Amino acid sequence: MKILVCITHVPDTTSKIAFTDNNTKFDKTGVQYIIGPYDDYALARAVELKEQSGGSITVLNVGEAETEPTLRKALAIGADDAIRVNAFPTDAFFVAKQIAKAAEEGGFDLILMGRESIDFNGGQVHSMVGELLGMPSVSPVMTLDVDGNSAKIMREIEGGKEFMELNLPFVAGCQEPIAEWKIPNMRGIMSARSKPLSVVEPTADAAQNEVEVFELPPAKSGVKLVDADNLDELVNLLKNEAKVI
Amino acid sequence: MSALVFVELDEGKVKKSSLEAVSYAAAVDSAVSAIVFGALADGESGKLGKAGASKVLNVTDDKLAANNIMAYASTIAEAFEKEGASLLVLAKSSLGDPVSARVAIKTGASLASNVCELPDTSSGFKVKSSIYTGKAFAVSELKGDKKILVLKKNAVEIKEDGGDAAVEGFAPSINDGDFKVKITSTEKATGEVLLPEAELVVSGGRGLKGPENWGMIEDLAKTLGAATGCSKPVSDMDWRPHHEHVGQTGIKVSPSLYIAVGISGAIQHLAGVNSSKYILVINKDPEAPFFKAADYGVVGDAFEVVPKLTEAIKAQQG
Repeated sequence: MKILVCITHVPDTTSKIAFTDNNTKFDKTGVQYIIGPYDDYALARAVELKEQSGGSITVLNVGEAETEPTLRKALAIGADDAIRVNAFPTDAFFVAKQIAKAAEEGGFDLILMGRESIDFNGGQVHSMVGELLGMPSVSPVMTLDVDGNSAKIMREIEGGKEFMELNLPFVAGCQEPIAEWKIPNMRGIMSARSKPLSVVEPTADAAQNEVEVFELPPAKSGVKLVDADNLDELVNLLKNEAKVI
Repeated sequence: MSALVFVELDEGKVKKSSLEAVSYAAAVDSAVSAIVFGALADGESGKLGKAGASKVLNVTDDKLAANNIMAYASTIAEAFEKEGASLLVLAKSSLGDPVSARVAIKTGASLASNVCELPDTSSGFKVKSSIYTGKAFAVSELKGDKKILVLKKNAVEIKEDGGDAAVEGFAPSINDGDFKVKITSTEKATGEVLLPEAELVVSGGRGLKGPENWGMIEDLAKTLGAATGCSKPVSDMDWRPHHEHVGQTGIKVSPSLYIAVGISGAIQHLAGVNSSKYILVINKDPEAPFFKAADYGVVGDAFEVVPKLTEAIKAQQG
């Protein structure tokens, strides 16, 4: 089975979010970059599927040269080779086009990625890739079992779960608990250095959306503390000040 | 110009988030059509009219009875073209997300997700989206002639002064290639308030010490008509189901009131709740970081405060 795992290169979940250049650029100062947490689940499941039934894992990122350490980490976790599409990931449409092209060229049986990136949270790329390739796309996937040419999936829906069956190839947006995150071991880190990482140029597609400016939410004005023995006052505040109950 | 809204039903009733989508479309465009799959319960088309729809396209083909993402996308793309609409609006959901992405590719429309305000159309078409899991916003220009907006909850108030909506059937061309996924079963909590849609949420954390202590959380939630949520450690330890996990890697909520009980307020949890209108924190540790993000706080033992709060609310409700 040939698996393509698409990863994002995103700020660590504990990062303080700030912007520079009149709020037009993300402030990278002191920010540590990681494989997107949901993408990490996708990669971990891919490694398990390969252990079960063989095959290969190609990991792909749409990003500039700075994302290569993140791709190397994915190689250390268990991917066999890597592709970096040499472009800034401007919007979901642009990224989906790049993935679809690589997927067509590679003839993959399964295309996995996270349910969403944790920077723009759109959760649109997997469905766009599915549509571009004429394949089903399922997200957010919590369990994925493959048997030959067919797969069983459980995905989360509002307040519950949906169980489904479909044939390969397809696209899946993954989330926990599909697999446990894998931590690269020393052998993995050593071998990752010599695994192939190819850099390809992007397609001519233009992004459809352009960010003009970023904003931060207004700061909270401070907590109003109510004594634990005076909960009638709290109910009064919720009812008459906040007007929420 | 006209706008189309994909409206989702829950047992024949229009979801609240879909009424928001209709109201949003009506604030942008004067001619709003809603497309609905399945039979509407009595009075529901009236609600769509009040929210701002003048027409309801009702798809009742049996083949589309089950949620089929690919077929729904084909049908909506077809209606989008037929209606000559320039704008498609829908609520973010496990159905809305994938359907909107597919329609965007089919129609060449520009798509923005997590939209949290009405657009700025003074020059071009600019929308504000929530990004970095609620920690920031991006204002983006949508360049395409056709646009698709996927709304975050509470982007607009629901309009209630619209007129009547005329219901007409919509028979889509069915494409066999769209039936590649077979839904074998669905498990859904019934009778509970669904977390992503809830106006009020009561969440519990590790401070509650064990799943056996959730009774008081459920009592408070029931008294308020709220949904129940939990922190990541709680769902990781299987004290509560995963679909209740609120946070960066779980459900993101934006209720009018979020009540956090025994949750310290790690940055990853805050990411899931920071678009709540008001936050009430109950924690025995006055140094808990959650208090810094809260509007109201009670420093005290949850096991005493929560039942007393429930009683105080009941007394007020009479």
